[in-house]
Amino acid sequence: MTTADDARLGIQEDSHLAMQGTIEALTTGDGSEPVVVNLGPQHPSTHGVFRLKVTLDGEIVQDAEMRIGYLHRSMEKLAEERTYTQNIPFTDRIDYLAAMSNNLAYCLAAEELLGIKVPPRAQAIRVMFAELQRVASHAMANGTFINDCGAWHTPLFYMFRDRERVLDMFEMTCGARLTTNYMRIGGVAFDLPDELLPTLESFLADMPDRIADYEALLMENEILHARARGVGVISPEMAINSSLSGPVLRATGVPWDLRKANPYCGYENYEFDVPVGEQGDCFDRFLVRMAEVKQSLKILRQVIDNLPDGPWLADVPLHARPEPGEAYARVESPRGELGFYLVSDGGPAPYRFHCRPPSLINLTALKEMSIGGTLADAIVTLGSIDIVVGEIDR
Amino acid sequence: MTDLAQLSNVLGAWYDFRDLNNLQRLITEWIAEWGPDWLASIVTGVLGALGILAVIGPTLLILIWVERKVISRFQQRYGPNRVGPKGLLQPVADAVKLILKEQLAPRAADKLIFFLPPVLIFVPGILIWGVLPFGPRMSVADLNVGVLFLLAVSGTAVLVIFMAGWSSNNKYALFGAMRAVAMSISYEVPMVLALLTLVVFSGTMSVNGIVEWQQQEDVIFILLFPLSAIAFFFAASAELNRTPADISEAESEIVAGYHTEYSGMRFGLFYAVELGNTLVVSGFIATFFLGGWWLWGLDQWVPSWIILLVKTGAVYFLLIWTRGTLPRLRIDQLMSFCWKALVPATLLFVVVAFVERTLLISEGWDTTVALPIMAVFNIALTLGAIMLFARVARPAPLRRPARIRMAGTEIGGLRAARQVASRTEEPQFQVGGD
Repeated sequence: MTTADDARLGIQEDSHLAMQGTIEALTTGDGSEPVVVNLGPQHPSTHGVFRLKVTLDGEIVQDAEMRIGYLHRSMEKLAEERTYTQNIPFTDRIDYLAAMSNNLAYCLAAEELLGIKVPPRAQAIRVMFAELQRVASHAMANGTFINDCGAWHTPLFYMFRDRERVLDMFEMTCGARLTTNYMRIGGVAFDLPDELLPTLESFLADMPDRIADYEALLMENEILHARARGVGVISPEMAINSSLSGPVLRATGVPWDLRKANPYCGYENYEFDVPVGEQGDCFDRFLVRMAEVKQSLKILRQVIDNLPDGPWLADVPLHARPEPGEAYARVESPRGELGFYLVSDGGPAPYRFHCRPPSLINLTALKEMSIGGTLADAIVTLGSIDIVVGEIDR
Repeated sequence: MTDLAQLSNVLGAWYDFRDLNNLQRLITEWIAEWGPDWLASIVTGVLGALGILAVIGPTLLILIWVERKVISRFQQRYGPNRVGPKGLLQPVADAVKLILKEQLAPRAADKLIFFLPPVLIFVPGILIWGVLPFGPRMSVADLNVGVLFLLAVSGTAVLVIFMAGWSSNNKYALFGAMRAVAMSISYEVPMVLALLTLVVFSGTMSVNGIVEWQQQEDVIFILLFPLSAIAFFFAASAELNRTPADISEAESEIVAGYHTEYSGMRFGLFYAVELGNTLVVSGFIATFFLGGWWLWGLDQWVPSWIILLVKTGAVYFLLIWTRGTLPRLRIDQLMSFCWKALVPATLLFVVVAFVERTLLISEGWDTTVALPIMAVFNIALTLGAIMLFARVARPAPLRRPARIRMAGTEIGGLRAARQVASRTEEPQFQVGGD
């Protein structure tokens, strides 16, 4: 052992004291010392560049600190330099797993600012793609959640099949799979291609079997129950106080869904239920997402059956200059309440462009959920919140 | 010329390939003609060890391919299919890549102890093959305490793992090593107890002796002691760090566990030994519980080592299957499962084995009648124990039904939607539902 090591460990010259010094340096009163472990910014379980700093006593989490900002791209500032239409591609990249929902929320805010009425066909197409996006995003969320529980990618790959089919539909409609850039202020960019509806029909026909498969594999899986039930619990009161939204909030039993509470795009015309959980634990979040996929399929069926004809894009000037004022529009994105706040000073670009990201606000409850559990529980909880780091940092 | 004639005689003669031991006997006889006895035993020993080494290397490469391919099929993928026919050369390409990669070591690592484990981990990984019987006389060392040797050798691997985890000076590695040590120490107990059942019942500690006992009594041990077989399977998969018990290298939690800091071929060695251990443990499960090289007389017609390999492959497939399907358990759940479920259950079966053995030996029961009765009794006991565990000993939250209800027209549901739509009232939400 070198002298530097001696100094680091507090070893004295006297050998008898040295031994005492070593022991005292390495331990605290109860014979142990907490260990700080960094999960991230590069770590298999953090779903991107997000850093969770946990203080561990053995395997028990004593403290959890979230460090964000590794993916900050200053989109809100960049958006102030571009016209309202030019800002739509930014929203794709905010939540890259639910680009359609982000497009939609931004367009709703811009339409409110400009006072534009959207044609009924565009409304229906928007609902269709928002719900398809929910199916794709929940497939990803549940798959990665099971992965965080330690399954060796198998459920993830099964769920990826469904997501692939959804992304194929996106591609045939707008040419892009992830960053779709499909919604426009006043409607959508393109009408539905001829081959979309048959593809969607076959997708809707196949999905119930697929979901039954997943339920057979996962719902009664003892190991998944052992890992996820009673883990990462948050009370309804705490969830509301933390301003949580989406499946994380509904898993606690609070029936709050913006599609019902503040309908947009004609969601009031569709019949669907809002699934809510009971315990507010990780398993309930998983179940709520599974149930929401079924409800999304139900909505999709109704959209196809009642698809109106007509224009798909309102007559909107490309470089619109809204009157000075402000607008806030919110949608129920797969992750929760996604809002866009726009302020206009009468110019062609927004004076202020602000996003209320559900991932960031849902993530704030992670500390509350993970303290007292084990390290493995914290990972599972993080997976169940379903964060997208692009949305947290923007 | 006589030598050549002798050689052609040897080649021409039908040397029975059902038993590769004949090859060894040939060499022994040839050396005995001109050399001392000790030379013959040394040469055959070295040849056996070299044979094992020569078999393990290519087998590992094929195993990597098999495992990746099977897992891919479970996951609706193709798996490796680019390098070589059907992707068969992919493991070779990977090995070449790993060898060519730079060997990194953390600056703060304890260098000597850091460099040793990838080499040392091979020692138990190879030694353990020595007592695996591929046929009636086909094991490198047919020790009369083979079971003890197996347990002792496999127990030393954990020391190497701890060396790797500790010397890396990395928190993930340390966590992985700590978990590995805790797991190994715990799961060795049910493993030993499960094997003790067989040792008590068959009255031999020789691995080949246990197979021969199964051959004599015309029964395989999984029928006689199913719970021991299940416990051994689970304990072995826990010792092998495979899902659902792969906590010591849990990817989503501690990156790669004890070998996080190893790069290049050092990592490759850990990976290879892990696969080799999986194969040899599958072989031992097949040997102890499925009759090994013996299969109701089929071993008279088919080479015994092929029978063992087929059984080993079946067990190995089962291990891949569980790995591809199940999520991972938490360390406290694994520990409590070990100490609260596996240890009592295997202990119970040790007692059962004692009683049944006593009945067979002291009371002189006829084995042809007694063994089927015992098998039925033990299978019933196993089912009873599993059901008892499922009903009583499961962790409490599992017994609570999980369900999702539909909020329907509750506040925040449709009614609130109408309220907001008509702008008469602000939406309000109720806490807790119902």
